[in-house]
Amino acid sequence: MGAYELSLLTLIGINVMLALSLNLITGFCGQISLGHAAFYGVGAYTGAMLTTSGQPFLLALVVAALFAAVAGVIVGLASLRVREDFLAITTMGVGFLFLGVVRQQEWLGGELGISQIPETGLGDGGFIMLVVGATALVFAASVYLKRTWMGFAFDSIADDEDTARTVGIDVARYKLTAFAFGTAIAGIAGCLYAHYARIIVPDAFGFTVSITILAMVVVGGIGSTIGVTIAAVVLTLMPELFRFVNDYKLLLYGGLLLLTMRYSPQGFAGLVRQAAAKARSKSEATP
Amino acid sequence: MLFIDLLVQGLIQGSSYALIAVGLTLVYGLLRILHVAHAGLFTLGAYIAVVVTNTLGSFWLAAVIAPPIVGLAGMLVYRLLYEPILDQPPFVPLIASIGLFICMEEGFRLIFGPYGNSFDEAPFSASLSFGPVYMQGVEAATVVIAFVLLGALAVLAARTRLGTAWRASVTDPQMAQSFGIDIVKVRYLNFFIGSALAAVAGVLVALLNNFVEPTLGSVPSYKMLAIIVLGGLGNVKGTLVAALALGVLESFGTIYAGHLIDRDAIAFLFLIIVLMVRPQGFFGKA
Repeated sequence: MGAYELSLLTLIGINVMLALSLNLITGFCGQISLGHAAFYGVGAYTGAMLTTSGQPFLLALVVAALFAAVAGVIVGLASLRVREDFLAITTMGVGFLFLGVVRQQEWLGGELGISQIPETGLGDGGFIMLVVGATALVFAASVYLKRTWMGFAFDSIADDEDTARTVGIDVARYKLTAFAFGTAIAGIAGCLYAHYARIIVPDAFGFTVSITILAMVVVGGIGSTIGVTIAAVVLTLMPELFRFVNDYKLLLYGGLLLLTMRYSPQGFAGLVRQAAAKARSKSEATP
Repeated sequence: MLFIDLLVQGLIQGSSYALIAVGLTLVYGLLRILHVAHAGLFTLGAYIAVVVTNTLGSFWLAAVIAPPIVGLAGMLVYRLLYEPILDQPPFVPLIASIGLFICMEEGFRLIFGPYGNSFDEAPFSASLSFGPVYMQGVEAATVVIAFVLLGALAVLAARTRLGTAWRASVTDPQMAQSFGIDIVKVRYLNFFIGSALAAVAGVLVALLNNFVEPTLGSVPSYKMLAIIVLGGLGNVKGTLVAALALGVLESFGTIYAGHLIDRDAIAFLFLIIVLMVRPQGFFGKA
């Protein structure tokens, strides 16, 4: 693989991690978040600040995850207070607030962001191995989580919060756990991105990015690990493979969101499930 | 006189917020949909004002045709996008609406170009002074028009048969229907009026800035959500108060807290604080 393919692979890994981390919060646990890019940003800024001040990269990676998770738990507290529409607006607000504050901070580089982020010290090959490894880990954890008791508890909360509470599920604890895990992964993705791009600006973590991540989750099929992964890969590759798509990237994302919600709110995974169910009922009908 | 100037600027800004936000709160009151694409209709209104004035040479013609055209566009959005997904969970229409809004912005960019448009000749440039306060004619007009239109809307809702039908449909759609109210008609009308008001705001903002760009609606779209939540979703009076309050808060905030936080983030800071203390919004019913 050439340098371009490797750089593309890194980008795909980061986006898959982001999409799966949002899927954990919005898909598994049913808590809609329109400000996911803020946690991605927290991770990126934390990591960049640490390594530019001379700290080792791996430490920065851990601290970035930690900071993002703390921010995530704080926002998660909001999800205990408000639901659905209101939660959507609150998380969207968190995204704008993050950007609005970061832009005005001189010590974070203001509008210009942070440049000259040092190399990781892992070498190009090592860094890509790390990204790919982390992505695979997040994917595996996502698949595993769905089969655990926690995955079941998430499911029940997403399905009907009040019923979940009635049958004795500690809704608050599980919601906060979902936010903590999801945002920690986003923080890791952010720190990786910062050391991949070597320069970060506030706008790389704006509302458009939150919506892009959401588009991957929604188009792939909310809650479906495989669907979301495929959507993240395809949506990252499309603007790269077809130059003309790049000019209309936002139009593509917007249009996909619109069409998916209008015609198949369960996304691509939903379409596949429907087709499978149809095929099964047909084969049962003809013995 | 900085204090009074800031207050006046805040009220001007708040008036245009109110004109946009009221349509959004009406839609939410009736359908429980967060209609983000509303800000796209606002931008459409602004574009009609500039493009029609520049090509046909008459600002008044543009100002007269913009509200009904945008009103119809609003009805179309309801018919084609929201009506088929009304029974879905609330995030479905919300995300669909965000998608539509992005498409509209990109559409404006493709049709009218990415760099924005201005009036060939700014239609109004007179300025007025009230004692120590000095403002442009257009700014004064914005405040007056906002108050007249929203006042008229309040009377319409409170005093007429139509208003009664609307309020009944908000409170209990099924009961309203069984009393013979055509709730589908009420919804269309709701979208028409709300979108037309957004178009008026668009025309006014186009005049105020003498500039329209594809992303004109970006900041308002999400800020309006903050306003209608603060105003208590579906509550017209509360929305008006919240819009004006936010306008004033922003104009003071930019001066006194501008080094800490971006102007456009103030609304959300305020929103998050209020939601955490009173999850039903500032003026919402407990």
